Amino acid sequence: MAVTTYSGAEQYNFDIVKKFAVMSLVWAVVGMFVGVYIASELAWPFLNFDSPYFSFGRFRPVHTTSVIFGFGGSALFATSYYVVQRTCQTRLMSDGIASFTFWGWMAIIVLADISYVLGYSQAREYAEMEWPIDILIEVVWVAYLILFVGTIMRRKQPHIYVANWFYLAFILATALLHTFNNLAMPIDLLSMKSYSLFSGVQDAMTQWWYGHNAVGFFLTAAFLGMMYYFVPKQAGRPIYSYRLSIVHFWALGFMYMWVGAHHLHWTALPDWTSSLAAAFSILLLMPSWGGMINGIMTLSGAWDKLRTDPIMRFMIVALSFYGMSTFEGPMMSLKEVNALSHYTDWTIGHVHSGALGWVAMITFGSLYHMMPKLWDTKIYSQKLIEWHFWLATVGIILYIVAMWISGITQGLMWRTFDEFGNLKFSFAESVAAMMPFYAMRAIGGMFFLTGTVLMTFNMFMTIRQGKRENAILEAKLTAKLANA
Amino acid sequence: MNFNFKHEWIETNIGLMAVLTMLAISVGGLVEIAPLFFIDKTIEKVDGVRPYTPLEQRGRDIYTREGCYLCHSQMIRPFRDEKLRYGHYSLAAESQYDHPFQWGSKRTGPDLARVGAKYSNEWHVQHLIAPRSMVPESVMPNYPWLLSTPLDISDTAARMKALRKVGVPYSLTQAEYDANVVKFGETVARQLHIPDAQKNLLEQANFGNYDGDRSGISELDALIAYLQVLGTMVDFSKYTDDAFVKYR
Repeated sequence: MAVTTYSGAEQYNFDIVKKFAVMSLVWAVVGMFVGVYIASELAWPFLNFDSPYFSFGRFRPVHTTSVIFGFGGSALFATSYYVVQRTCQTRLMSDGIASFTFWGWMAIIVLADISYVLGYSQAREYAEMEWPIDILIEVVWVAYLILFVGTIMRRKQPHIYVANWFYLAFILATALLHTFNNLAMPIDLLSMKSYSLFSGVQDAMTQWWYGHNAVGFFLTAAFLGMMYYFVPKQAGRPIYSYRLSIVHFWALGFMYMWVGAHHLHWTALPDWTSSLAAAFSILLLMPSWGGMINGIMTLSGAWDKLRTDPIMRFMIVALSFYGMSTFEGPMMSLKEVNALSHYTDWTIGHVHSGALGWVAMITFGSLYHMMPKLWDTKIYSQKLIEWHFWLATVGIILYIVAMWISGITQGLMWRTFDEFGNLKFSFAESVAAMMPFYAMRAIGGMFFLTGTVLMTFNMFMTIRQGKRENAILEAKLTAKLANA
Repeated sequence: MNFNFKHEWIETNIGLMAVLTMLAISVGGLVEIAPLFFIDKTIEKVDGVRPYTPLEQRGRDIYTREGCYLCHSQMIRPFRDEKLRYGHYSLAAESQYDHPFQWGSKRTGPDLARVGAKYSNEWHVQHLIAPRSMVPESVMPNYPWLLSTPLDISDTAARMKALRKVGVPYSLTQAEYDANVVKFGETVARQLHIPDAQKNLLEQANFGNYDGDRSGISELDALIAYLQVLGTMVDFSKYTDDAFVKYR
């Protein structure tokens, strides 16, 4: 046991994986707490406390940045560094660069969150960071690319494992999207404030090209990379279809980049652009489901694991939500459906069925698999994993059902006419109708957050246990050496 | 010719894989974004749209700072109910000087694309400080600090210069000013002249007295000046109903 630990520590850089994995959980708790808080602000507006620092408009980017880039990003750094080392059977190219990406990325999230609260924002969804932080992201990201590709170049076998294709596509696409969406002119080199290079319709198109592909690559392709390593590992079976993984990788990478304009249906964006985006959105169902089928079918012949293995359950539920939200997405990109769903809570529900159901659940499953291995121990409590699973699942369902009802209600109320052809409802009446569902959504979020807190406790105890076991082992070894 | 493609070539060569991936992910954006800069019909030819005055632009900065776009759209769609509720559908031309665009993606509150001139300044003051005192159902945060915070006007010219660099026709030179006179008329051109930025801002704020408080210029003055101009630049009575259809 001790022997493998020691050789493992030399062969691979697990220290960086551990750091990112722990911070991923920390950001999950922070980001989801802020999420529950802003959800509560919508239900009970007194929670804004007449303070600029707590007001919904400044706080919402803190939520999105902390969960997408803090929780999701750290989980991706952790798992990609783990997967690339294991599948290439080599150590990361440079410990220094690895460490730089860690401290750089943490600085980015902290600076971004603080700057939003202080009122610095580019006012572009999911890209609110002002220009100095954007430059820091660019630098860290290039370091990440160099490290990842450099490590692959040192691989001990000719083939690059499929998980790494997805991680590579995610790193490249994020670099491309981040660069072009954040072109801006600072008002002064000493000022945080800047104005975007593009305006109006071109700016809108660039932003949603970015916005949807932050979903497509940051929150999908990369997490498919995670799925391609951890699902087969946890199931103890090879990936269902190699051919399917090739086809859906290239199709997904190519098609995702076309669909952003479905966020701009019926706007002043020319019709040809949004129609093209709608067509590609529908096509995208196929590669998306290709990934889902490949993941779920990997379990064929081992379905009994779902009964006994709560980690496997996280992964399969994640893939099911992935399948569901990648069906819902193309449906909402149809112009007739979008006319109703756009601008409503339905979109928020859709995002969260992807973000909580797919992204968070696959991450939880992967971290539960990986973290005990990193600290060379067993999970502290299987029972807590069960609890986490049910809290998370119930939380998601409460959340998305609330948003479906409120979204469709809003959409319908806005377009209802009375018998004289006038609008039947004032806008304020539609706001009042949302109240119970906003409360229900906040409660769903609380369930999900509670599960995440349980996991963080469970992992904390697991790490402590691993460290203790290791210390005992080391003491025994020293004693043996002294006796010999 | 015997060309037997094997995916193995790509999976064993990281350079080739990176290049092909880059190609695959570049096409969509190129095809959908680049033409928007060159196709003439993307932005409608319409009279009246002008860059914001210094005070309005400072108001817009506060709008973006507070994250208003997260709950309010500025993009009216061409539907019967939206026409009744908000007015004529939004044109691309109307946001051509908007850096960044603020079309939004969510209506927790109503669309604001044509909120200008619909309510009085007094209504806005009261509503921004305590929204539920005007609309009991509202879930909007109170913004009392906007009234108590004096507007920082020291960098007004720097802001306009940055906007000029990204294409907004604010004028620095006499030639640019003259061009603006031709394009927008003299009254507007004077507002767009950067050397007079602070003077223009003070004049508009003092004359408009948007926040109802004469003791100084608050952030609320600027924000209301911005809200009151939204959607008012184009006179739609000058155009027929189908005048803009060909641009869609």
